Amino acid sequence: MDAETPVASPPRRPRVVVDEPARVDRVFDAVTFWSGFSVLVLLSIVGLFLLTSSGDSLGQTGLWTFLTRVEWRTDVQPARIGVLGLLVGTVVVAVIAVVLAVPVGVLAALFITDYSSARLRRVLIGLVDLLAAIPSLLFGVWGFVLLSNQMVPVSRWISDHFGWIPFLATEPNRDLTGSMFIAGVVVGIMVLPIITSVAREVFSQAPPGEKEAALALGSTRWGMIRTVVLPYGKGGIVGGTMLALGRALGETIAVALLLPQVPLVSKNILEYGGATVSGFIATHSGGDPFTVSGLMAAGLVLFIITLGTNMMASVVVSRSRSGVGVEL
Amino acid sequence: MTTITVDRARSNGTHPSPTPRLVELIGGPPPGAAAIEARGACAWFGDRLVLESVDLLMPAGQVTALIGPSGCGKSTFLRLLNRMHELVPGAALDGEVLLDGEDVYRHGRRAQEVRTRIGMVFQKPNPFPAMSIRDNVLSGLKLAQIKCHDKDGLVEQSLERAGLWKEVRDRLHQPGGALSGGQQQRLCIARSLAVHPNVLLMDEPCSALDPTSTRRIEETIGELRHQVTIVIVTHNMQQAQRVSDHCAFFLAEENEPGRVIEHATTTKMFSTPDDRRTLNYVEGRFG
Repeated sequence: MDAETPVASPPRRPRVVVDEPARVDRVFDAVTFWSGFSVLVLLSIVGLFLLTSSGDSLGQTGLWTFLTRVEWRTDVQPARIGVLGLLVGTVVVAVIAVVLAVPVGVLAALFITDYSSARLRRVLIGLVDLLAAIPSLLFGVWGFVLLSNQMVPVSRWISDHFGWIPFLATEPNRDLTGSMFIAGVVVGIMVLPIITSVAREVFSQAPPGEKEAALALGSTRWGMIRTVVLPYGKGGIVGGTMLALGRALGETIAVALLLPQVPLVSKNILEYGGATVSGFIATHSGGDPFTVSGLMAAGLVLFIITLGTNMMASVVVSRSRSGVGVEL
Repeated sequence: MTTITVDRARSNGTHPSPTPRLVELIGGPPPGAAAIEARGACAWFGDRLVLESVDLLMPAGQVTALIGPSGCGKSTFLRLLNRMHELVPGAALDGEVLLDGEDVYRHGRRAQEVRTRIGMVFQKPNPFPAMSIRDNVLSGLKLAQIKCHDKDGLVEQSLERAGLWKEVRDRLHQPGGALSGGQQQRLCIARSLAVHPNVLLMDEPCSALDPTSTRRIEETIGELRHQVTIVIVTHNMQQAQRVSDHCAFFLAEENEPGRVIEHATTTKMFSTPDDRRTLNYVEGRFG
């Protein structure tokens, strides 16, 4: 090796290749770019709008105080406003909704993809889409007029049997309508189609070869689902849950109707009371400029949280495609 | 024994003994190879009859090759044998499939029990990609609820029988999806063998593989003979000639369902078949 003198040759450089795209491709390229870009622009405009219009209230209250104060009083001087009471209610309602909707949605998706006949499958897919198309106002009215009273015995039963869990306890003779639990149930029904569709989409893409492999080994259908479909769809379940959580956090009309919209940090989710950011904004939007500015600040907080949840969801959903870990 | 068998025995002479003692399973299929016989088997997809009145005995411990042009119902027939056909929406069937003399479609018999006794290797290798090689081999046990006290022994033996042990012994915990196509197919064979089936169905197991992997799998088939009844669908005439004892020629005439034109020992089928169409097919004049 060393004895030989290497012949000096110029280092190889890759050739620069330039393709001249056709006119139609250039135009289409530009159109799609600006369409995609406009989404970003709109998002920034909304964010900026919220930021500038909440300047008044945030400046007067201070960001940290605003984030950590529970009460919301504009009838005193100076006004004492904070978002914590609203935020707690928002998160509690959304979490109840998702906890109730995820198991039902995932099982419904499994039934649609792996158990139902082809004809029933088409009908069910249509019905789930229909459920998603019902205006949230109708859910709210239905919950307010009918479900709220119907749920009282359920709340009572839960409190009687699981009252030893601190947040499920109720004081005697308290009103059990208009609770965060009932709001959570209604919002849960509203986000059910989101979870079902996303989970169904992912489950239906489970590799047919592996499903056949499991069945040909003498597996039950449940064993096949546990071995192939669920591990493959894990990312879809998590992603659908996050999307549903994003929707549940922002849900407005139903909770505006169902909850009294009085900000407080209550640990009794079965009792009357509770408020959410979006519901509170909807019911108080006709106030004086300072109140509106405060509502904008609350909206900004919700905007950031929802954006974060959805971004996490999209990361999880996109990651789920490339074969996640399987355990038997 | 025919001369073909002797030739095959010589080419696979490395195998120590034809019937190694298998690792004990609890709740698995009864031991040994089993004969499987179709009687008047018909198959439909929706309203379309794709397979008509197939009578075929596949003797225990021997290799039967199903040959014929594409679309003649070979794969459908294979899937009829282990009750995979009924999983296709709109699929229907008639006739009987006797495993050790008992109809697999008898009322009250579970498809799972049948499929545990009749293993299947598919055209496209389909190991569970994110599962380790070891767990892939053991997956059939868990899925069919069979117990084994010597799992390490079973993993080694199954991979050994499938001719894969030497290549993967040091990386049993790596995912099955990381293997090459030929290795994946042998992993699938090992996975099927781990539950000790009485019959092994192979649906064009080498069609997606290169010649070296194909030869390796053919050697594996040679080594498994006598331990398990093998039914293999193949489009490769040389392969059918190399690996099988018996041959059945399937053919679907235009707008007709598939039928068995002729079946006999492989030697006869490739030298002096009764039907002119069989001769034309095995000599490569059509199909």
